[in-house]
Amino acid sequence: MSTILLQPQNCKSCGYCIRACRQNALFFSEETNTNGYHMVDIEKEKCIGCGMCYTVCPDYVFSFGEVG
Amino acid sequence: MTKNIPALISGSNSFCPGCGHGIIIRLIAEVLDEMGIKQQDAICALAVGCACLLNNTLKVDRLGCPHGRAGAGASGIKRCRPDKLVFTYQGDGDAISIGFSETVYAAQRNEKITAIIVNNGVFGMTGGQASPTTLIGQKTATTVNGRTAEFNGMPVDIMDHLRPVPSAAYLARGSVHDAKSILKTKQYIRRAFETQISGSGYSCVEILSPCPTNWHMDPVTAADRIASEVIAAYPLGEIKTGGAAS
Repeated sequence: MSTILLQPQNCKSCGYCIRACRQNALFFSEETNTNGYHMVDIEKEKCIGCGMCYTVCPDYVFSFGEVG
Repeated sequence: MTKNIPALISGSNSFCPGCGHGIIIRLIAEVLDEMGIKQQDAICALAVGCACLLNNTLKVDRLGCPHGRAGAGASGIKRCRPDKLVFTYQGDGDAISIGFSETVYAAQRNEKITAIIVNNGVFGMTGGQASPTTLIGQKTATTVNGRTAEFNGMPVDIMDHLRPVPSAAYLARGSVHDAKSILKTKQYIRRAFETQISGSGYSCVEILSPCPTNWHMDPVTAADRIASEVIAAYPLGEIKTGGAAS
């Protein structure tokens, strides 16, 4: 099946993905990446793979890959 | 719907948080990928300003043009290498202010190029000074009390100047403030590239983009401003289709 993959190092905390996610699966982590941004994190069990986060993200954080 | 970062993207970019450039460059890469245009078959004439940070992100051949001259640079490339897909990547400060003449005359000369113009209403890289597309009432580093028609003149709609040009074959204006507009903008970029490949004339896609840093807003509020204010001045959609007038 297709599953969401994150590159949190690219995240700049813009919040576009969190607003676009209809499943409310995304949130900002308490931790910061090496650029000092609170990176986006996900509750994977909520994700339905719609790809809205990928569409609105300016920083190439999201992609979808096959697993299993 | 594409959901994997295209191979032509280097993996990260150096734009400010919430900047629309990153989305637009990804859309270009997706369209090139989906049209089967290989890395060595696309050439970008690159502007001065924030747009030039495409250098770090999109893996196609690029010509760094003097400020405003990407339309002229792309014309030269296309005339030398008509077999290549040639496009400019410019901001509004580059294409509509300093390079207004180059932009309009590239269309007027019937250059078979595609201009990608990112309109965020300010000169971004130099600190948010007013550009020709700054809206009436908008405060910038050089319109500290807001732009007025009396003192600064009315905003420039580049499509008003390109639409009457007979050899302008495809003109459209998109936006990247929400997912629906992003997907529509991708269609416009593809149709512009197809127009160039078909040889039917000049093509241009202007794209409204948020600049949270110089609008002094958080990114989500900046995206909302496009929906609530900017689109009223610069309506979205295909402005001219069907090829150049013969």
